[in-house]
Amino acid sequence: MTHFSVVNGRLIDPRNGTDRTLDLHVRDGRIAGIGPRPANFAGAQTYDASGCLVIPGLVDVAVRLREPGLEYKATLHSELLAAVAGGVTTVACLPDTDPPLDEPGLVEMLKHRARLLNLAHVFPLGALTAKLGGERLTEMAELSDAGCVGFSHADAPLVDTQVLYRALQYAATFGFKVWLRPQDPFLSRNGVAHDGEVATRLGLPGIPSAAETIALDTILRLVRITGAAVHICRLSTAEAVDMLRAAKRDGLPVTCDVAACHLHLCDADIGYFDPMMHLIPPLRTPADRAALRGGLADGTIDAICSDHRPVDEDAKHLPFGESEPGASGLELLLPLALKWGREERRPLSEVVARITSHAARVLGREQDAGHLSHGAPADLCIVDPEAEYTVTAETLKSQGKNTPFIGVRLAGRVRGTFVSGQQVYSVEGPLNGA
Amino acid sequence: MGERDVKKVPLLRGKSVFNLFFENSTRTRTTFEIAAKRLSADVINLNVSTSSTAKGESLLDTIDNLAAMNADMFVVRHAQSGAPHLIARHVKPHIHVINAGDGRHAHPTQGLLDAYTIRHYKKDFSGIAVAIVGDILHSRVARSLIHVLRALGTADVRAIAPQTLLPTGVEALGVRVCHEMTAGLRDADVIVMLRLQNERMRGPLLPSAQEFAKTYGLSVEKLAVAKPDAIVMHPGPMNRGVEIDSAVADGRQSVILPQVTFGIAVRMAVMSILASS
Repeated sequence: MTHFSVVNGRLIDPRNGTDRTLDLHVRDGRIAGIGPRPANFAGAQTYDASGCLVIPGLVDVAVRLREPGLEYKATLHSELLAAVAGGVTTVACLPDTDPPLDEPGLVEMLKHRARLLNLAHVFPLGALTAKLGGERLTEMAELSDAGCVGFSHADAPLVDTQVLYRALQYAATFGFKVWLRPQDPFLSRNGVAHDGEVATRLGLPGIPSAAETIALDTILRLVRITGAAVHICRLSTAEAVDMLRAAKRDGLPVTCDVAACHLHLCDADIGYFDPMMHLIPPLRTPADRAALRGGLADGTIDAICSDHRPVDEDAKHLPFGESEPGASGLELLLPLALKWGREERRPLSEVVARITSHAARVLGREQDAGHLSHGAPADLCIVDPEAEYTVTAETLKSQGKNTPFIGVRLAGRVRGTFVSGQQVYSVEGPLNGA
Repeated sequence: MGERDVKKVPLLRGKSVFNLFFENSTRTRTTFEIAAKRLSADVINLNVSTSSTAKGESLLDTIDNLAAMNADMFVVRHAQSGAPHLIARHVKPHIHVINAGDGRHAHPTQGLLDAYTIRHYKKDFSGIAVAIVGDILHSRVARSLIHVLRALGTADVRAIAPQTLLPTGVEALGVRVCHEMTAGLRDADVIVMLRLQNERMRGPLLPSAQEFAKTYGLSVEKLAVAKPDAIVMHPGPMNRGVEIDSAVADGRQSVILPQVTFGIAVRMAVMSILASS
């Protein structure tokens, strides 16, 4: 296999506390050396990363790849291309496909198809209940053997607390992690926007913050009883951040994430019913946004994810309340994370950690992903953090062009992405071998 | 204009006005039709239940097809807030779009005709107290009325309803909330009663029509705490005996029927202004 070096870049590897100009050397798909060139590296291809960051390939814990069954929205191929264009080399995908990922055969097929594409690594989250129906448990041990790294209920309601309790107990038996997005289905019924002054003015049915906090309280109490490891998905309220902070202080085995959009937008951005702002969970108030940003800074929130939901155009060309919620975001995870870091004056290594090492830990993949240690798989990306560009439908590789950031100028362009030492993406431009 | 013999003016002659009502409404659609015809426009009423929408055609496809038939103006009523905005963003610039009511969001011509009515009887907006009573949560009429009153300088706007029928943060719209109707009606100059839809009368929002009538219905006794010359308004259609007693609806303080007459003039004005812009 090839061996190559990435030179002159600012190497940021939060897991190993590295943040300085260092060369990186790759052989046979793994990191072969950091700093001085290893032996037998003569004649190796060299990539010049001057002026760029060299960071672990991003780990995105919430991506909808839409296969199987929803190929009219997006395909494995289009979305994994989008992933690597965004510097993302590891994705966790949700089980709400058609059919849902509740059978080992489906999971195996998905992993197989993803492997054949040789783009980003795909780690499926299995369905927590059969058909995501909230009644019967899935064969979690079988699904785990097939490759599931955790069990999720996506957006499907899990109303029966007895089922939730037993599902957590069962998962805890095997040490499996359960991924839950707290949303009370009754309080959020028919709601399309945060229940507050903006929704009142616009006449949009609201989803109160209590829909999140009440459900979160139930989940946390059941975690206390069962000891199940739980990841809380897509925080949107200030109160939830406080609850997670207290839960972690009490030593509960919980992690959580925030979607990139919710770090930057709020309900007022709906404007005159812009369907691109129709998201799940809804965009809430500036105070909620500030709490999310603060929670990320103080480590209460472990990772930023894209919550990538490619939606076909027709489904967004509808009145707000009828439009399909969700934003395409794989390719924007990096620039949006950098934007948060810049605005909140966080050290770059902390920003990078939230989309690499910490995200890998949330997934339980910290061995193989999210760091550039010697011997680790060579999943990395080269980023020009200052390069600005305007987000347009044309610049997005995803089949989903539905993003609130269309027309917005962002900074942070991926110059090249490598997965297992193979270059899977390079922008047209100065990333040439020498 | 109602007293003229020849009720037509040629301002919209040769123009095609398409009434696109996705929600049932004989009253509003009829007044828009009358208004357009008084301006000499050609009016086409699209009956949505038998149209292609029932066959699954998207809203924008329906609009595109109608625009291809050389529509000059769409009058749109839709169950979804923001539908007319979507349409307006989509159609070519020369096609005018009038919102005849979108979800809970707005009913601008109703707001204007309500303001016109108030001005007719009360002249001044800044010194009056206006009470809006009923299901404000679901009411586009209430939202548009509050908007227009605040824009015209009315400082004292009272929202009278049980908590279940008030939207979150309604005070931010510039109203004072009163859960107790008599307190809210005290010394009011204008009382606007909102219709209570049948489906709201039972269930998690309200227990029964009877209890609502007792606590929030406008009776002769409750009307007496308002100013003696207070006017009573209602966007219609009324549920007699629920939100308003017949004695009040048919009484000397009621201006409900003049509202309808004013509505035609206001809609004619809106169409004329749009067509000449």
